[in-house]
Amino acid sequence: MSSHRLGTGGLVDRQTPIGFSFDGRPLTGLAGDTLASALVANGIRLVGRSFKYHRPRGIVSAGPEEPNALVEKGRGAYREPNTRATTVELYPGLDVASQNRWPSLRFDVQAIGQLASPLLAAGFYYKTFMWPAALWERLYEPAIRRAAGLGSLSGAPDPDFYEKAYAFCDLLVIGAGPAGLAAALTAGRAGARVILLEQDFALGGRLLAERCEIDGMPGAVWAREVEAELATLANVRILSRTAAFGLYDGEVGAVERLTDHLAVTPACMPRQRLWTLVAAQTVLAAGAVERPIVFGGNDRPGIMLASAMRSYIQRFAALPGRSVAVFTATDDGWRTAEAFARAGAPVAAVIDSRRDIVASVRALAGDVPVFLGARVLDAIGGQSLSAIEVIGDHGRRRIAVDGLAVSGGFNPDLAMTTHLGHKPRWSETSLAFLPDALPAHLVVAGAAAGRFTLAEALADGARLGAAAAGMAGKPAAAPPAWRASDETFAVGPLFHVEGGRGKAFVDLQNDVTDKDVAQSVHEGFVSVEHLKRYTTLGMATDQGRTSNVNGLAILARLTGRTIPETGSTRARPPHGPVAIGAFAGLHTGPHFKPTRLTAGHGWAEEQGAVFVETGQWLRAQWFPRPGETDWLESVTREVQAVRSGVGICDVSTLGKIALAGPDVGVFLDRVYCNTFSTLPVGKARYGLMLREDGFVMDDGTTARFGAEDYLLSTTTVNAGKVMQHLAFCHQVLWPELDVQMVSVTEQWAQFAVAGPQSRALLQQVFGSAVDLSDAAFPYLACGAFPLGPTMARLFRISFSGERAYEIAVPAGYGDALVRALMAGGRDLGVTPYGTEALAVMRIEKGHVAGAELNGQTVARDLGLGRMMSTKKDYIGRLMAERAALNDPDRPTLVGLKPTVPGVRLRAGAHFLPIGAAASAENDQGYMTSTAFSPSLGHWIGLGLLARGPERIGEQIRAYDPIRGGDAVVEVVNPVFIDPEGNRVHG
Amino acid sequence: MRIPCPYCGPRDSSEFAYLGDAAPRRPADGDAAAMATYVYLRDNPAGPMEELWYHAYGCRAWLVVRRDTRDHAVTGARLAAGREASA
Ligand SMILES: [Zn+2]
Repeated sequence: MSSHRLGTGGLVDRQTPIGFSFDGRPLTGLAGDTLASALVANGIRLVGRSFKYHRPRGIVSAGPEEPNALVEKGRGAYREPNTRATTVELYPGLDVASQNRWPSLRFDVQAIGQLASPLLAAGFYYKTFMWPAALWERLYEPAIRRAAGLGSLSGAPDPDFYEKAYAFCDLLVIGAGPAGLAAALTAGRAGARVILLEQDFALGGRLLAERCEIDGMPGAVWAREVEAELATLANVRILSRTAAFGLYDGEVGAVERLTDHLAVTPACMPRQRLWTLVAAQTVLAAGAVERPIVFGGNDRPGIMLASAMRSYIQRFAALPGRSVAVFTATDDGWRTAEAFARAGAPVAAVIDSRRDIVASVRALAGDVPVFLGARVLDAIGGQSLSAIEVIGDHGRRRIAVDGLAVSGGFNPDLAMTTHLGHKPRWSETSLAFLPDALPAHLVVAGAAAGRFTLAEALADGARLGAAAAGMAGKPAAAPPAWRASDETFAVGPLFHVEGGRGKAFVDLQNDVTDKDVAQSVHEGFVSVEHLKRYTTLGMATDQGRTSNVNGLAILARLTGRTIPETGSTRARPPHGPVAIGAFAGLHTGPHFKPTRLTAGHGWAEEQGAVFVETGQWLRAQWFPRPGETDWLESVTREVQAVRSGVGICDVSTLGKIALAGPDVGVFLDRVYCNTFSTLPVGKARYGLMLREDGFVMDDGTTARFGAEDYLLSTTTVNAGKVMQHLAFCHQVLWPELDVQMVSVTEQWAQFAVAGPQSRALLQQVFGSAVDLSDAAFPYLACGAFPLGPTMARLFRISFSGERAYEIAVPAGYGDALVRALMAGGRDLGVTPYGTEALAVMRIEKGHVAGAELNGQTVARDLGLGRMMSTKKDYIGRLMAERAALNDPDRPTLVGLKPTVPGVRLRAGAHFLPIGAAASAENDQGYMTSTAFSPSLGHWIGLGLLARGPERIGEQIRAYDPIRGGDAVVEVVNPVFIDPEGNRVHG
Repeated sequence: MRIPCPYCGPRDSSEFAYLGDAAPRRPADGDAAAMATYVYLRDNPAGPMEELWYHAYGCRAWLVVRRDTRDHAVTGARLAAGREASA
């Protein structure tokens, strides 16, 4: 049996010992222990070093409010720093280490003389930043970084995975103490859909740690019976090990720990699950956190919240000290004295700052020495508490102790009520902030509402649970009236004992002292928000649960204000630390967003394609052949194959929107700057779409297959945006137009067949029944033809400038189609080509694409001004007429070629007049797209150049300082190949 | 935040794309100044506001959603297509 384990009592299983290690030292705990209770049971006091001053620190609490006992859990990539020992469930093989110490916890170099201490006073980072920068970098920052800190990250990728889940209910209950259990049971019995959250692994809250009775049975037994009944109700879901961390608009965020307590993680089990919970009503029953008192040396290991000491004794059967004193301003502290007496270790003294104590409370201490109207001035000791100095009517007295239970009052855990901006109010009777204005659909029960007795908690829970069930249309039978044992919760005002010799800590986690608060006030930071930021009080991961109110009280006294006048800082989610991985869920690495594959993807893989991400799509970029060592070699071959024979390219990723109805022509006239109402059936037309501010949004072709049957295409990346825009135009602007539209991007597989031999290939595939002669199917024709078991849509459109077609089939036939095209073209030397060759050929033809359609160009800039109809209104017309958008000085599309063959051009290079300095004033535009043209044998580019079209033949400088490019280029017609456009018919 | 889509019921706001103030109406008479106002000028009220939201990952309907900009309380949504009739 461990040195400080009690022989009887508690909710631990003495038959199930659990081996674990702390700083490499093997220890034994029991099933039912937390790491903290197992350390207490082993008599371990010193568990860490503090953030700034490296002071020895012990366990302060028994719950998630723990500011001190932060440890590193796990090894290697599984290492998790700053884990609260009070929330870690013990399991076999648990391996934890203390933090922020070197070389060891007992002997820490930084703590000697507290070397960095002067650097770390309040506001240190604001002040040190004012010093010379060189000193900061070389001296102060490294010193501070070495000195200040908590645990360290592994630096390795998180090896665990996480998932997200959503759930809906009539009543969400946060906290499964007496109030929460009462609410869940009342609503659950009525048939309402209930979700009950509990951050602990056991339900019951304070019932697990207190000597109390409900309906004549011990509180922990009552909790177990309620849990058993809830488990039988199909409409109730219990989520234990699940901490609510934030109230958001209409939903609660919570994180469920699934494997953190398991020695062996089952395969495929996520470590944690992030819940989004949507509830018609939420009952916050999160209880209250005991408040420490600020006095000299109040951080010594062995000083603990009074209620936490009771938890260790009565829930975990672990004795936090053999000779403990109680320092209290509340009735609650006296219950701790009773707990020690029952455990056979009567306390050394009870020190209460109050003088009037009711007899029943006074009796809890039995006959131990009691000091009323007294305070603890200083706590003395090194790595563990050895004595306290008490000041009172008797003067000063030193009492030897090995522990001190402290109770300064209770802070209701009401942070969730403030996440949406609602402010709590200060109660002079409870000496605590209590919920005041509440967010919609959230109510507060029990101690979280400042109703601290067991009877009040049960009554609140029953009443609010019944009300929530009633609102859900499930009226409860008469809510149960549970009988609870008596309790008192009187409290006196005591936040701070002045005059002690030792450092007096307000915020233990961030090492903020009473002197830091005084210095902040002295320097004029008297607003509570300034105090917080200047001293970092309450800004640690514990969110100031144990420190905020004391800090406020000290600030109030120093500034001569009351606590309500001083105000309070606003709590923001998350209420407790949440792993970033939980927020990411499964959206990590390649799963960050979906990957979309075309119907021809498998075929392209067989062909050895190199793929590129285009939006969410993977597209074949080029198809290297054996012996090709460079992408440019492959791309050049593919371009030459298309221009001399025939090539095939998967263009399925282009957005496709089907439009139907009698008003499609009118509609298209309004959304494109050029005219579509004149488009005949069986024809396709290129269109340019503007935004309402006059800038170009997207381009693509629209084909008309029937009187009321159109298919519009968009660029790959803008498919979603254009769909949204067209839906807006129809539903919001012109709902009177009789048009229906639907995205069919994924319904069709589409391939470009390009090159002088393209017709021959298609004729081979379609057979002689389909007439593809230029007379029957001329340039810009479209039509539907039978192909095998389906109908194929054929478009005679060209991006490459060659004779070309696009052929589309329902996506399920896409793989068969591309194989048929390859088979049909074998004798013609058909060559698959990718997006790079596609881009080379469009640059050779001067077609604009994404680099030019960049949201900053108008049609005129792209040489497409004449597409803008003057005979109709359309989106963007009026704004595009603005003078500044028609200024000839605007950069306008031109072609560019190097004056010295062999010089490589790079997109992004800026244009300067030759001889001009490289400055923003001399900037005349930039290169948007470049390619090596296999047809011309040199690099070519497209660019946007001020007064570009007037400057054909001029030489300018293309300057690219980032990649060291600096070339003289000639301004040329952007159509490099076949400017007459003959080959499209060839 | 949840938006009550008339077609789909209450749905998470992450399914929707936000556009902005639903009040401006596209001028039809070719007045450039009125068009500039429509394109660029928006009120920024603190309080209830009617806004255009698009149910992109749902029914693809454009909605007029009534939302309080101070606390994100959504108090109603209707189809934008019928807004003139019900306004
Ligand atoms: Zn919808």
